[in-house]
Amino acid sequence: MRKHLFNVGAILQGFGITFKYMFVKRPTIEYPSIKKQHAPRFHGLHELRRYADGKERCIGCELCSSACPANAITVIGAENAPDARVSPGERHAASYEIDELRCIFCGLCEEACPTDAIVLTPRFEMADYRRGAFVYSKDRLLVPSDAGVGTPPDERPNGIPADLGRVAEVKSTTNVDRGYSATHRGEVLKTERKGLAG
Amino acid sequence: MIPFWIIAVVLIVSALWTVTARKPIYSVVSLLLNFAALATTYLILHAEFLAVMQIIVYSGAILMLFVFVIALLNSGIAPIVLGRDRVPVAPAAAAALAAIAFVATAIAAAHAPAIVPIASHSPLGAVGRGNVFGSIGDFGQALFLSRLLPFEITALILMVAVVGVVLLAGDLTPYVPTRRRAEQSRRALREAILREGK
Amino acid sequence: MLIVLVKSAVLLAVVVTTFAYAMLFERKILGWMQLRPGPNRVGPWGLLQPAADAAKLILKEDLTPKTADPLIYRLAPFISLLTAFAVYAIIPFGANGDGSPWAIGNVNAGILFLMAISSIGVYGISLGGWASGSKFPLLGAVRGTAQMISYELSMSLSFVGVLMLAGTTSLTGIVNAQERVWFLIPQALGFIIYVITAVAETNRTPFDLVEAETELVGGFHTEYSGLRFGSFFIAEYVNMLTISCIATLLFLGGWNAPFGLTLLPGIGWFVLKVGAFMFFYMWLRATLPRFRYDRLMTFGWKVLLPLATLNLVATAAWVALH
Ligand code: SF4
Ligand code: SF4
Repeated sequence: MRKHLFNVGAILQGFGITFKYMFVKRPTIEYPSIKKQHAPRFHGLHELRRYADGKERCIGCELCSSACPANAITVIGAENAPDARVSPGERHAASYEIDELRCIFCGLCEEACPTDAIVLTPRFEMADYRRGAFVYSKDRLLVPSDAGVGTPPDERPNGIPADLGRVAEVKSTTNVDRGYSATHRGEVLKTERKGLAG
Repeated sequence: MIPFWIIAVVLIVSALWTVTARKPIYSVVSLLLNFAALATTYLILHAEFLAVMQIIVYSGAILMLFVFVIALLNSGIAPIVLGRDRVPVAPAAAAALAAIAFVATAIAAAHAPAIVPIASHSPLGAVGRGNVFGSIGDFGQALFLSRLLPFEITALILMVAVVGVVLLAGDLTPYVPTRRRAEQSRRALREAILREGK
Repeated sequence: MLIVLVKSAVLLAVVVTTFAYAMLFERKILGWMQLRPGPNRVGPWGLLQPAADAAKLILKEDLTPKTADPLIYRLAPFISLLTAFAVYAIIPFGANGDGSPWAIGNVNAGILFLMAISSIGVYGISLGGWASGSKFPLLGAVRGTAQMISYELSMSLSFVGVLMLAGTTSLTGIVNAQERVWFLIPQALGFIIYVITAVAETNRTPFDLVEAETELVGGFHTEYSGLRFGSFFIAEYVNMLTISCIATLLFLGGWNAPFGLTLLPGIGWFVLKVGAFMFFYMWLRATLPRFRYDRLMTFGWKVLLPLATLNLVATAAWVALH
């Protein structure tokens, strides 16, 4: 009997707690209207940088691709034509794709890159209805030539350069379905690579 | 009069459906309909207490038990397959005779001088302590004053039935609280293990 | 006749709107108590959420499992809905100066009528769960039936105390009998029993064994989708509203103002009391976890029923001695 009375007390206490919590400040961030400020080096969507003269930093060395633990990056390098250079070095990336569905946002590609070309930005909103749309090809990763050059990661001050977010505004022009099959390390890729090499 | 005829048709059709339905659950549903129609008939006769009790007791409690049994036995999904002789001839003939007798009585009664209940003003009958046919007050007066003995005898019979059911279906082994029972079985297990070990 | 139709239509609209917003407020209040804001995306402060939900339910695919009994499966939500709304034919919401109630039908056996209708309401759940032809709904239905029958008993007994004090079965009469003292005070035990059994009757937490998401997927309505599911949903909330109305009428003095504070009209007090009771319901849901099934039965039969009987006998003795 006494035990049951104690239980009634406990129930009343519970009512008190739930009532009190109605007036406690809620920690919710109302996401689409209010966005959280991420840390400057938050690992989000990738971006390919340019030099100040507008040339691409990437030299197609595939170091990022081999560093990637998730096999998310596919780089196909090509020689620079002497009269129309894409990057300052001998080679450039003819095709550069990152499958953001495979990517685990570890940042190892950023670490591996000798020219600070590939950089992770704090952008994280990349939802889409099509799987293929998650394969970001070079035209979506590259900073637009008129968007400034961006700062290489090591020179970043406390904050993020203003142009870092610009990638989002570049609309994909690639065929998203084909884009996806190309990162399956299957036949499509092999034949393409052969075609380029030969 | 028109409501009465509508209700009468519903009553008869649902009663027929109850006995002819092939799935038990259809019998239940049609019986439910039948009870509702019956209650409406009582209402037309200004016996509102009886109408409400008809619903509460028969539809709410007794019929519910039928549903319960059907649900527990899960016998309702498959129709019960019975031969053509589901309705035995002799009882069917007797029933037909009874039906004819009933109709004859009904016709005779219709021509007899009507015994009209003291009409009440509200459509659902007056209540309270007023002396109105079928009202709660009237009903209670009859039940607890002039008909007390039969009422109490009925209660006793029901009580006997309950005791009988408990005797028939109940588990009459002395009650052991769950906790102690668990303790006992645990002890038995421990002893068995010790024996095995030796 | 026309007047009755117009009254019914208005009342139906009011009840449905109340249902819609009761649902929204329940989600809001649950949210606040759990440190969430609750729905706030559709319309300002989430006020259009009910409309969005309704549109969603209407547009959903209507599924009937292969093993279901098609007729009963379709009939069950209907029974639930019908009985949930039928009660409002007799619930009075206020009274005119001459004492005639604001209700569609002024039935003298009001409270009995309520009990009769609510006893039919069980069929929606039990038939629906059975007819779905799968095991979780069946379990939910069997549980629900047993639970509702068990608790209906104590609930009826808690009514009888009030009836004896009021000396009438008419809802208006009961409210008028509370002009001086609410029955909450002489019938405190009855009120507590009523509140507990009422929660069990409407199958809401902590007595929502019928739906018990963690054990039974969705309970009796697991197989239902679209508007049929919606019907069960509406019925549940409308029943909750009914229960609150009954509590107000029987125990909280109906449209009588407390302490003679007549700054609100009677209907205002009525709405306020019903609202407070609904809030209590939601608060309860946010606070207490679900009962275990055997405990539920033990509680109903071994605690509530004896207590209700005791209350009844005590009230009878009191009435007889006065
Ligand atoms: S962040 Fe990590 S997983 Fe993603 S592409 Fe770079 S190396 Fe691969
Ligand atoms: S991004 Fe850097 S590591 Fe990757 S291919 Fe280009 S230069 Fe090499």
